[in-house]
Amino acid sequence: MWDVEIRGMASAHAIIAASIFMATIMPAVLVEKFSVYGTHLVWLYSVAGSVAVVNIAVFWLLGISPPTKKNTLSYKLSKLFRSCVYFLLSCLFFHTVVVLYGAPLLESALETFSLAVLLSTFTTLRCLCILGPNVQAWIRVFSRDGAMSVWDTSLQITTGCSVVGAWLGAFPIPLDWDRPWQVWPISCSLGTTIGFLTGLLTAPLWIRWHRKQLTYKLK
Amino acid sequence: MRLSSSVFASFCLLIELLGIALFLRGFFPVPVKSSLSSKSKLSDLPAEPLAGNSPNSTKVPPPLFKRVVIILIDALREDFIFGPNGKRFMPYTRHIVERGSSHSFIAKARPPTVTMPRIKALTTGSIPGFIDVVMNLNSPAVLEDNVIWQAKNSGKRIIFYGDDTWVRLFPKHFMEYDGTTSFFVSDYTEVDNNVTRHLDSTLKRDDWDVLILHYLGLDHIGHISGPHSSLIGPKLLEMDDVIKKIHASLISREAEGTLPNLMVLCSDHGMSETGSHGGSSEPEISTPLILISPLFQRKVGLEQPAMVEQVDLAPTLALALALPISQNSVGRLIPAVFEEASLREQLRFLHMNGHQLSSLLRDSNPNFHKEDGYEQFRMAEKTHGNWMKLYMDGNTSEVLGNMGKKLLKQYLEALQAMSAALSKQLGKYDMYSMIVGMSLILQVLVLLVLAMPEALSRAACVDVPVASAFLSLPFYLLCLLGSSIHVLVCTSAEASCYFCSLPWLLAFTAILFSSALLCSLVAMAARYVPIPGSPQPKTSSDWTLSELDILLLTGTVGHTLSLGASSFVEEEHQTWYFLLNTLCLAVFQDVCRKYFRERRRPGDDEEDDPLLPSIAEEDASQATFSPAAELGVSVGSEKWLALSTPILTLACCRLLRSLNQTGVQWAHLPDLSHWLNSGDHKVVLSLLAALSLLLIFLLVQRRCSLVSKIALALGLLGVYSYRAAVGNVLFPWQHSGRSISKGTGEARFVYIFILGILFTGVKDLLRSQVMSSAVEGRRLKSRGLWEVYSGVVLLVALLFRAHNLPTLACCLLIQTLMAQFIWKKLHYDAAQTTIMHYWFGQAFFYFQGNSNNIATVDISVGFVGLESYVEAPAVFLTAFSTYAGPLLWACHLVCYLSSERDRAALSLGHGSYCFALLRSVPAVFYVVLVTALRYHLFIWSVFSPKLLYEAMHTLVTAAVCLFFTFMDQDRT
Ligand SMILES: [Zn+2]
Ligand SMILES: [Zn+2]
Repeated sequence: MWDVEIRGMASAHAIIAASIFMATIMPAVLVEKFSVYGTHLVWLYSVAGSVAVVNIAVFWLLGISPPTKKNTLSYKLSKLFRSCVYFLLSCLFFHTVVVLYGAPLLESALETFSLAVLLSTFTTLRCLCILGPNVQAWIRVFSRDGAMSVWDTSLQITTGCSVVGAWLGAFPIPLDWDRPWQVWPISCSLGTTIGFLTGLLTAPLWIRWHRKQLTYKLK
Repeated sequence: MRLSSSVFASFCLLIELLGIALFLRGFFPVPVKSSLSSKSKLSDLPAEPLAGNSPNSTKVPPPLFKRVVIILIDALREDFIFGPNGKRFMPYTRHIVERGSSHSFIAKARPPTVTMPRIKALTTGSIPGFIDVVMNLNSPAVLEDNVIWQAKNSGKRIIFYGDDTWVRLFPKHFMEYDGTTSFFVSDYTEVDNNVTRHLDSTLKRDDWDVLILHYLGLDHIGHISGPHSSLIGPKLLEMDDVIKKIHASLISREAEGTLPNLMVLCSDHGMSETGSHGGSSEPEISTPLILISPLFQRKVGLEQPAMVEQVDLAPTLALALALPISQNSVGRLIPAVFEEASLREQLRFLHMNGHQLSSLLRDSNPNFHKEDGYEQFRMAEKTHGNWMKLYMDGNTSEVLGNMGKKLLKQYLEALQAMSAALSKQLGKYDMYSMIVGMSLILQVLVLLVLAMPEALSRAACVDVPVASAFLSLPFYLLCLLGSSIHVLVCTSAEASCYFCSLPWLLAFTAILFSSALLCSLVAMAARYVPIPGSPQPKTSSDWTLSELDILLLTGTVGHTLSLGASSFVEEEHQTWYFLLNTLCLAVFQDVCRKYFRERRRPGDDEEDDPLLPSIAEEDASQATFSPAAELGVSVGSEKWLALSTPILTLACCRLLRSLNQTGVQWAHLPDLSHWLNSGDHKVVLSLLAALSLLLIFLLVQRRCSLVSKIALALGLLGVYSYRAAVGNVLFPWQHSGRSISKGTGEARFVYIFILGILFTGVKDLLRSQVMSSAVEGRRLKSRGLWEVYSGVVLLVALLFRAHNLPTLACCLLIQTLMAQFIWKKLHYDAAQTTIMHYWFGQAFFYFQGNSNNIATVDISVGFVGLESYVEAPAVFLTAFSTYAGPLLWACHLVCYLSSERDRAALSLGHGSYCFALLRSVPAVFYVVLVTALRYHLFIWSVFSPKLLYEAMHTLVTAAVCLFFTFMDQDRT
């Protein structure tokens, strides 16, 4: 049972990681003068969009999302609406945090918000997909020993890695190397993406390695 | 020897200060300066020596040259001309060197081989001391005596094209100039075209006497692709063309009957094998120096160019143009240039050079009598007088000629000896002193680290095994070894070491002490080695680190490591703001966890939360004294206040960050302080200042006695009226025509209240010592401490500029809120609280507008309340206001830790120990780093100023630690 779950998760992660690579390569073919540094925002939106789509699709197909009690359309719609609101709130939250960290308030607000969108896609969207718009469940997952399935653990790891990646990505900005990737917010969004990819990679390995210690409470 | 943690910490810091002072003395040698502050004048020139009679003439020999063209090619290495490639890439120059009427030399540049100090060396003839350059960073103009100034002063018209460093060094010296910025290193064509485009027109004109060209392209190519790149060849060919053009033009305009022209081809420094410069490797310090003039004899083939010093150019040029030699020049003239002059003139030139060198030697070296060169020069001068007597008598025999030749040689030897003696003191690191200082502070750091478990234990005592160390055999062996090394270094080294010049008794005491320290270190380290057979002491198993601990540790280590990169030193404020933000978010998460457990999503920053320490229940029983009650809010809202504290802190930090833009890369961006000070917004500034002062009063007064409260209120009013008197802010009832005064009266009025509050505080502290009741005593002590703290706050309020008053208000606000709702409520231990205080202190150091550049120190603070410049108070006030942020937080830490009811003494010990450790780690690391990077390109502009800041900060921390120790004394 363990192996099946881990294998499933690994393949899901592989698909998401592949989508990031595709989102980097495809515009290079389609869009003229595309480059990760030069047209950074295009790259950022393409990655965010593809990750969002793939995430939703994968988790829809796998049926990871918590079973809904009511199956009515109106309930589903309200859930969808709430999810959208949560996503937007999380974007605003990340935007605020990034501004508090010293991002310019007015100029390049679009860049800052794009970074917030990217961060939300990598963290909040996955939470929404796996846990649904259920704050109680989020708190449970993000408190220690709160994980109840491999998916919860993977969520913890990828979220942490993305945020830490963004955090570390800010370090090269003050260096006086005058490289194209030091322009705000390129290093941070690259850091986020690399952190997320690392999280995707390490989550199955980490769970496999620690499967003796991991004892999930049965649902 | 058992020492309490705080005594131990202050002791360590004091030793460290000594070590750093010794290191700094070695790192920044005292510069050689003439005692006269003015510049040399023609009238000061020595008379021509003449035995017997009165001195005969003070006339300067006539100039040798009419016009001078100086072509400086940046980073032109000696082998680019004299080496095998010279023939290929610089054919014309090579032809002149081999067959033309020229003199070629290899001029040795002194490290650091960086453009600006080298230009100074070329023009002043002195070797700038390291401390000079650091101190002059904010006023780059050369104030010293120099050839350019002398030339301009004697009416020569100077034209300059090239690197704009010259324009900054010699403002208003040039009749005409066009500076090119060397900022864009990637451009190597524009920078040179910018110079060459002026050439044709300038060479046709007759209205100049000196033309200086500084070509940057070669240096930029070196930086991009190194000395062997394919770009070098074309660039050298281009330079060769320029030389050809100038030479041809000079020759064609050479007229009969006038003086010949001189062309100087030189370079400021060479280029290393990787294309950079700054260090002291052979290719970096070897530069060509070629003097071309029809006056010189034609060469008959390539000879090995002679070695000269770069500083020799300045006196040579000065004498050749009949200008006085600059005072601080340590160079000696190049005799080949004067070969064509008469013997009498040659001797006169040598005498003038010798006279200048000997007076500089007399000013800079107290033992100048013992110098060989000085004696030789005196002898030569005497002989010169005799020779002149014979010469004036009309003696023209061969004897006179031979005697003159001998005298010439005598002069040259004397010049060489004096020049060598002078330059020995300069521009050189005194490695021995540096190493001794460094080893001392390294030992202290290891001692601090080894003592960590003991110092942070419940006893807060450190047992330093000094007695056993003094009695052990290794101690005596180490002493012997140290002394022999000392004797060996001091007797053999030709360089003058500061440590050697100390009295022997002092030096040996230092060696004794150092060896004892080393022995104690080994003894202490041995304690941690498990003895086989004995039961393993329980260690580290119960040491669990919370996320906050991990953040605090990684932050401290990460910041220390970041000092290795010059950009991170320049932008250190970014590091601190970043760490502080993360800290606030982590604290926010802790608060959420405490108040919401499972009901709310914790902060997003960390993904796994440790279990909540179950202390929430204890709180209720402990709440004999509620912070909420003290601030006058209900208990229910306490939760929300606690939750909003980190958010408010974050918001404050974000605001303060945009108040003063510091650093280097983004320093030019507009910030709030510019906006506030722009004159149009005086009303806003006044309102803001008044509000800040009000807030300061509200926050500080609550724990003061009534008298201090009144004094504080009056003092803050005085601060506002001082600012109004100086013209920073508006009085609401102010008349428009009021003149702006210096505000001395108002400032002194505030000083009186500051002294009054401090006096009350100290009185309370003293009284608390003799109090019989412990509870009463502690209450009095805490009040006394707070009064001292409010005195400090009042002083800071007086010294801070009006736009910085919100910084102070925010600082106090954050301190109050954090103390009430975070540190106390979340039960952070003394070490954690200390680290947080230290971080906040560092961040506020930058919030108030400081940076790691000397230029941001606000010197005007030294004049607050003083009619004129008085050194001691001015230095104190400047240092105090510069370090106001760290000091305020340190003072608050003392107040906070001693107010902890049950474990005040323990906390104070732990706090002072952590403070000492936090300061020592970066300081020691930085000292080692600077030693390793001493030939780095940015050693002067970035690393050295930071070194001074680190030393000053250590001094401030030592003072704070001593204060801690005094507060910690009464524990029983
Ligand atoms: Zn240069
Ligand atoms: Zn250079």
